[in-house]
Amino acid sequence: MPAVQETIEQVKEIDVDKYKYGFETFIESDRAPKGLDESTVRFISAKKGEPEWMTEWRLQAFERWLTMKEPSWARVKYPKIDYQDLYYYSAPKSMSGPNSLDEVDPEILRTYEKLGIPLREQEILAGVRPAVEAADSDADSDDDSDAPAAEGTRQVAVDAVFDSVSVATTFKKELAKAGVIFMPISEAIREYPDLVRKYLGSVVPITDNFFATLNSAVFSDGSFVYVPKGVRCPMELSTYFRINERNTGQFERTLIIADEGSYVSYLEGCTAPMRDENQLHAAVVELIALDDAEIKYSTVQNWYPGDKEGKGGVYNFVTKRGDCRGKNSKISWTQVETGSAITWKYPSCILRGDNSEGEFYSIAISNGHQQIDSGTKMIHLGKNTKSRIISKGISAGLSNNTYRGLVSAHRKASGARNFTQCDSLLIGGKCGAHTVPYIESKNASAVFEHEATTSKISDDQMFYCLQRGMSEEEAVALIVNGFAREVIQKLPMEFMAETQRLIGISLEGSVG
Amino acid sequence: MMAGAERTRTRTRAEEALARNFAALASDDAVHEMRSQAFDAFMEKGLPHRRVEDWKYTDLRALMSDAPPPASPASPQAAEEALARADVFAGIDRARIVFVNGQFLPALSDLKGLEEDVEFASFGRFLAGGGALLVATDQADEAEAPVLALNGAFVTDGAVLRIREGAKLARPLEIVTVYAGAEPGLQTLRHQVSVGDGAEAVILQSYVGPDDVAYHTNAVTDVRIGKGAKVKWVKAQEEGNKAVHLGLDLPRVDADAVFDPFLFAAGSAVARAEIRLIFDGEGASAGIRGATIARGRQHLDTTLIVDHAVPECTSQEFFKAAIDDEAKGVFQGRINVWRDAQKTEGKMMSQALLLSESAEFDNKPELEIFADDVVCGHGATCGQIDEEMLFFMRSRGVPMEEAERLLVHAFLAEAIEEIADEDVIEALEARTRRWLSLASEVR
Repeated sequence: MPAVQETIEQVKEIDVDKYKYGFETFIESDRAPKGLDESTVRFISAKKGEPEWMTEWRLQAFERWLTMKEPSWARVKYPKIDYQDLYYYSAPKSMSGPNSLDEVDPEILRTYEKLGIPLREQEILAGVRPAVEAADSDADSDDDSDAPAAEGTRQVAVDAVFDSVSVATTFKKELAKAGVIFMPISEAIREYPDLVRKYLGSVVPITDNFFATLNSAVFSDGSFVYVPKGVRCPMELSTYFRINERNTGQFERTLIIADEGSYVSYLEGCTAPMRDENQLHAAVVELIALDDAEIKYSTVQNWYPGDKEGKGGVYNFVTKRGDCRGKNSKISWTQVETGSAITWKYPSCILRGDNSEGEFYSIAISNGHQQIDSGTKMIHLGKNTKSRIISKGISAGLSNNTYRGLVSAHRKASGARNFTQCDSLLIGGKCGAHTVPYIESKNASAVFEHEATTSKISDDQMFYCLQRGMSEEEAVALIVNGFAREVIQKLPMEFMAETQRLIGISLEGSVG
Repeated sequence: MMAGAERTRTRTRAEEALARNFAALASDDAVHEMRSQAFDAFMEKGLPHRRVEDWKYTDLRALMSDAPPPASPASPQAAEEALARADVFAGIDRARIVFVNGQFLPALSDLKGLEEDVEFASFGRFLAGGGALLVATDQADEAEAPVLALNGAFVTDGAVLRIREGAKLARPLEIVTVYAGAEPGLQTLRHQVSVGDGAEAVILQSYVGPDDVAYHTNAVTDVRIGKGAKVKWVKAQEEGNKAVHLGLDLPRVDADAVFDPFLFAAGSAVARAEIRLIFDGEGASAGIRGATIARGRQHLDTTLIVDHAVPECTSQEFFKAAIDDEAKGVFQGRINVWRDAQKTEGKMMSQALLLSESAEFDNKPELEIFADDVVCGHGATCGQIDEEMLFFMRSRGVPMEEAERLLVHAFLAEAIEEIADEDVIEALEARTRRWLSLASEVR
């Protein structure tokens, strides 16, 4: 069936502007010499003014890394990465510790403005509108920024990381009033060395895996959050990562500690310019929830996925792990993965405390030549621990999308309970969807259930939508949004609207 | 999830023994050359271990402590005595092809009534004549399948069977593999079964041997199912309690055929039963099922790869396991749906009951899908006996222990009864009843 004119035009439109965050910011930057050896590690450590122990820690990791091999078990293929052909540190030149936003390079501010990330505290995250306005779908976005934050709008504190450094952190004062520490990790190492030293590497040890070890040696920045006992963090915390510089790896490190009885919700977003060469991103995120604490961690990952021929794009090798260290603690991961040429990512929960709870909600959309190998690990160690995994994989184009997950119950994990559901949807006949779950039970009273399905959008569903006058793309977006509904609902409001739109964008051009 | 640094390593004791045993076979004929190739392919990687994805849960480097030399032939009397133990299908009027300690024994075999429909020759005869049949199958290759490589190196005999086109076998045909004697030995068999177009057959396989003898069995079976043929394929693994059993079945199923394998696993200290099934023609279907019962410190592994290479085939996988004491059960199942295999239906279910605190079950059901117009799914559960069901039965006066046994029996029977052959169902259920010490009248 020939496509109708409207469809062709729509597709054309996306063609030129499919990845709308692909612009580049031209600023002068300060870089470490290319390549990686001990001096690079020392250079980064010195740049950050780190204490002796931190430098030692990095060097230990680096030594260990030299003995490790890049893992090959994931279902992703990519040319060998030359780790000596990368810059491991890059910071905007003007950034020698600005004290206020006025000192930040206006180019950088404009970048975040373009990305819709509010760095001024009176602003709100793009895509979030007061409920009243939401009904008016044609509201011009210019109006939004002028309007004062309407009633009911939630505030979001943002830590903006640009290449290797944090450029701004908002709402620091207000958070400090509640006792919440939210700052770049490089600052935390200097200001709260005891806290950092106690927890850094306690969930993802420096020996953990190839990419995490590399990160431990060369991480440059990231966020640090500490929520003290009994505090419910007064606002959403958010970090926005931007890779800008060419040939630069981004290695950020995030450490979140929720002390007894506290609660925090944290959002993470990421984009990168469009480039022909691949960029490396190897992050480590560590979450620690003590007794009765809860951490909710949400990610919208939208790194540049490469062009139609599969050229360029970000290699995203990420180690994310949460430790439910205390009893009755809870860690919840929600992720929307639409970007990156390669995704290698398994946000996990170690359910150590009795009655602790882990959750993983994921939507992974792959199109073009993207390859996703992602999932989770739920490791039940404590008694009566519960976990829930809902994963929705959507493959289109020539992409491959793999769910890989582990659920295990230790001998002592009596009463452990897991429910897993992973569904895959295939759009078009040239993509692949794979499910690789590992379910290991060493305790008779542990009850594990796992369900998985794979299907395509049914002809009946399409016919129904088309018959009501929708275009094919609209119909696909609608059906896919329905398919992913359970996960979208778990996202903080700030991300929900964004995600629904992203799903639309990611899949456009994939029908027919 | 870390890649292991591959270093030069010392051989395990079992690998040393294998190398010694192989060296003792030295000869300069053509067959030996093929054996050497297979053995070299094996030694390149050695015994599979937990870092080899397909053997993640069955680490032979740790589990196989030794490798006995090829078994010596049993005396006729010992063979006959040992055969008496192979009684799982005793209640069925069936033809038998008998192998004892890796040798075909015509005197104990019986193909009466099947002469018209079945051509049979022993694999040993082909080996003696130059080994023309010892060609690697395209479904597995020696470099990646250690069981196949070891089979190629040590094979002594097997059944070469051809079932005539359109034949309807008058009675089921059983291939019996028996180990006799008190000395540990290795029996290695390679069967090649080809079922003609439109033929119908029930093929049974049983494996038995004495307790307390650390013998090893390695059996590889090539199976061709012709167009429109209907075959039930039931394997009962009841090896002795110290045995190591490595089985690999390689069926290819042609258009419109119906192939229903069933894997019953109860014996061995360490066992792995693997099926790699390929659909070769459109419209074929396979119901691949099994039941595993394990206790003591048994380690029983069922591994399955189903390849949908052509459109419009249906596969159903349904496995049950009851694991007691400190035993460990493993199920790995993968459904591959290749690019052209549109309209595929695949449904896989694996369920395990853990009957004791120290029992363990590892489950890895995979889907790998490259075609978009398919309906595939899998499910996996693991847990203990439902408290409410127990309560229900006890409230009706059934004592606790009996209630538990009845529920386990019913759980396993759900899979066994799918075989849809009354005699075979009865034979296997009698085994699970015996295992559970249930009175025989319960059904």
